Amino acid sequence: MNTLLRIENLHARVDGKAILKGIDLTVKPGEVHAIMGPNGSGKSTLSNVLAGRSGYEVTEGTVTYRGQNLLDQPPEQRAREGVFLAFQYPVEIPGVSNIYLLKAAYNAIRRHRGLNEVDALDFLKLVKEKTRMVDLDEQFLYRGVNEGFSGGEKKRNEILQMAILEPTLCILDETDSGLDIDALKVVANGVNALRSPERAFILVTHYQRLLDYIKPDHVHVLAHGRIVRSGDASLAHELERKGYGWIEAAAAGA
Amino acid sequence: MSATAETLDRLIKQDYKPGFVTELETDTLPPGLNEDVIRAISKKKNEPEFMLEWRLSAYRHWLTMMEPHWAFVEYAPVDYQAISYYSAPKTTDHPKSLDEVDPKLLETYNKLGIPLYEQEKLAGVAVDAVFDSVSVATTFKDKLAQAGVIFCSMSEAIEKHPDLVRQYLGSVVPAGDNFFAALNSAVFSDGSFVYIPKGVRCPMELSTYFRINAAKTGQFERTLIVADEGSYVSYLEGCTAPMRDENQLHAAVVELVALEGAQIKYSTVQNWYPGDEEGRGGIYNFVTKRGDCRGARSKISWTQVETGSAITWKYPSCILRGDDSVGEFYSVAVTNHRQQADTGTKMIHIGKNTKSTIISKGISAGRAQNSYRGLVKILKSAENARNYTQCDSLLIGDRCGAHTFPYIEVKQPSAQVEHEATTSKISEDQLFFCQQRGLSAEDAVSMIVNGFCKQVFKELPMEFAVEAQALLGISLEGSVG
Ligand SMILES: Nc1ncnc2c1ncn2[C@@H]1O[C@H](COP(=O)(O)OP(=O)(O)OP(=O)(O)O)[C@@H](O)[C@H]1O
Ligand SMILES: [Mg+2]
Repeated sequence: MNTLLRIENLHARVDGKAILKGIDLTVKPGEVHAIMGPNGSGKSTLSNVLAGRSGYEVTEGTVTYRGQNLLDQPPEQRAREGVFLAFQYPVEIPGVSNIYLLKAAYNAIRRHRGLNEVDALDFLKLVKEKTRMVDLDEQFLYRGVNEGFSGGEKKRNEILQMAILEPTLCILDETDSGLDIDALKVVANGVNALRSPERAFILVTHYQRLLDYIKPDHVHVLAHGRIVRSGDASLAHELERKGYGWIEAAAAGA
Repeated sequence: MSATAETLDRLIKQDYKPGFVTELETDTLPPGLNEDVIRAISKKKNEPEFMLEWRLSAYRHWLTMMEPHWAFVEYAPVDYQAISYYSAPKTTDHPKSLDEVDPKLLETYNKLGIPLYEQEKLAGVAVDAVFDSVSVATTFKDKLAQAGVIFCSMSEAIEKHPDLVRQYLGSVVPAGDNFFAALNSAVFSDGSFVYIPKGVRCPMELSTYFRINAAKTGQFERTLIVADEGSYVSYLEGCTAPMRDENQLHAAVVELVALEGAQIKYSTVQNWYPGDEEGRGGIYNFVTKRGDCRGARSKISWTQVETGSAITWKYPSCILRGDDSVGEFYSVAVTNHRQQADTGTKMIHIGKNTKSTIISKGISAGRAQNSYRGLVKILKSAENARNYTQCDSLLIGDRCGAHTFPYIEVKQPSAQVEHEATTSKISEDQLFFCQQRGLSAEDAVSMIVNGFCKQVFKELPMEFAVEAQALLGISLEGSVG
C-alpha cells in the first residue's frame, strides 16, 4: 500500500520555543490514527504545522503528502490537495453565512481539480443531505459561520464542512472535547461514514470514549514534543486506566 | 511581515482605475472668487434675475461664515481664491442629442463603464452625465416626458421650469445653511433636476454620473429632486475623478422633497480619487445632502457606498416633518491609506409616528481614520417616534482607526430610540480558517468584508450593488440561499 503522509524527524518552534522535537509518523490510505497525550504536549502544534498555519517555524525534518513536500505549500493549496483540519476552537465569522462559505470552499477545491463549479441548486441539495447527517437544523446554514453557535454546534459544523469537502487526510483536533453523548455519536458517525480505502484520519483526542465509536488502527502518545509510544487500540484503554505518568517516566528513563 | 499581513497590504494597494485625464478644450474661468465671478457664471448660463440675486445673497452670507472644523479630519487649509469656479468642455454648449456630444466625452464615459449610447438603447436607466461643471448629456428624455417626469440638468431646469426651481430650490438646504452649502449656492454651475408628478411611479432608475476632469477646478453641483404626492423615484449617483497631486474641492448640495405619500430612494456610489498612499492629492468631498419628508406617509432612503475621496465630510439627513413619515440611511464607508471619512446622518423627527433606521458600516485599512457621526433628534411634537441605529466598524490591520460619535436628543417621552455599536477586526484566525477550507487570503478578506456590508448592499439597486462590490474588489455573496 502507498503512503499518504510521511512525517520524518519533524522539529518546530513557536515564538522561538521548541515545541515539536522530532516527530516520526507514517499514515497510509484507509487508516485511522489516534494521537493522545497530556495538555501542552504539542498535539495542536502538530496539527497546525500540517495545515500550514503561520507563526510556526519548522527547524528540521520533512513532511511528504502524496509524494509532495507539504511544507512548502501555502495553506489553501494544502486544503485543495485534500488536507482538512477540524479546529479545536472553530472561529466565528459574523455576516458570512455558513452556506456561502461552504459553497466558496467547495468550488475553490473543484476549480483546483479542474472541475466545473457546481450550481446553486445542486449544491443546496448536497448541503441539505449532509446537514441532516450531522443532525443540524437547516437554519444553521443561513447563520453567520459559527456565529453564536454552542460549543457542540460548532464541532458538528466542522464535521459538516468535512463531509461536504470530502478531504483525503482529515485531522480532527479534539473534535470530541466538550460534546454530549449524542453529539459525540454524530461526530463518530460523520467520521465512519467518510471512512474509505483512500482516506485517512488523524484523531487528536483525550478520551477513550471517542475510540469506542471509531476504532483506530494505531494509537500514539505524544509527550514533550515526541511520540513516546505507539500501539494498537488497546493502548488507549491502558492510558485510560493508568494515565500518562508511566509512559512519560519510561520515556524519560529511556 | 506575516503572509496574511502581506495579502492585506496588497489588497489595500489596489490601483485607482478611473484615474485618467481627458484632453479637451475647455471654457474655464480664471481662479478666484468675487461678485464678478458669480455674475459671469450666471450670465454664461443665461439665468433669470432671481437666480443671480439668490447667488449673490448666498455669496454675501458666505463671506461672513467660517470654514467648519468640528469634524474628525485634518487637512491643509483650502485657498478659495486659487480655485477656478467654472470649467466646461467647449464643444458641448447645448447638445440636442448624443450625436452632438464631443466623442472624447463619450469615450470618457465608456472608459468608466457608462456607455451613454448603450444606456440609452438597452438598459432601463436614464443617465445625466455631469463633466466638470456642466451636464453633457441626459438620456431617455422622451420616454420620461411621456410619463410627465422631468429629468434634466439644473441649467435647463432654471431655463424651462423656473417656477418649480424657484419654489423648491433652497427650501431644504437654505442658501446660508452652512459654509459649504453657502459656497455652493453662490457658484454652483450645474447638476440634475428631477420632478415626478402626482401619482407617477418613475418608469426607470434615474442616474447621474459626476466626473471631475479639469485641474485646479472645484466641482459644485446642485441636485434637486421633487417627488409630488404619491409618486416614487429611485435615483443613482456615481462619481470619479482623475489622479492628481493637488487636492480638489467638491462641494455639492443635494435637496430632496417628498410630498404626501411620496417615496424617494437615493443611492450613491462615491469613488472620487482618494489620493495616493502617502496622502498626496485626492478629492475633498464636502457635501450637504438633505431630504425633507414634507408630507404625511412620505419616505426617503439614502444608501451610500463611499470608497473614494481624500476627505469625506457628509451627512445625508432626513427631516421627518410629515406624520408617519420614514427616513432611512444605509452606509458603507471604506477608508484606506491616509483617507479620512467623517460621515453619518441626521434624523430629525418632527411629525407623529415618524420612524428612522440608520445602518452604518465603516471599514478602515492602512492608516485611515473612519468616523461615524450621527444625530437623532426627536422633537416634542414627534409622538411615538422611533429610531433604530446600528453602527459597525471593521478594522483591517492595526494602524487604522474607527470612531463613533452618536448624538441623541429626545424631547418627547413616548419616543423609542435604540443604538447598537460594534467594532471588529479581521483576525489571523479567521483568515487561516478560510484558507484551511481552500480559499485564498484575498478571497477570504473579500468574503468577510462583503458579509460585513451585506445589510447595506441589499438596499442598492441590482446593477449598483454589482458596481459597489466590484469597487471593494469582492464577488457577490448570497447567490445561494
Ligand atoms: N503562539 C504560541 N506562543 C507560545 N507558546 C505556544 C504558542 N502556541 C503553542 N504554544 C505552546 O506550545 C505548547 C504545545 O501547545 P499545543 O497547543 O500544541 O498543545 P496540545 O497538546 O494541543 O495541548 P491541549 O491538549 O491542551 O490542547 C504549549 O506549551 C503551548 O503553550
Ligand atoms: Mg490542543
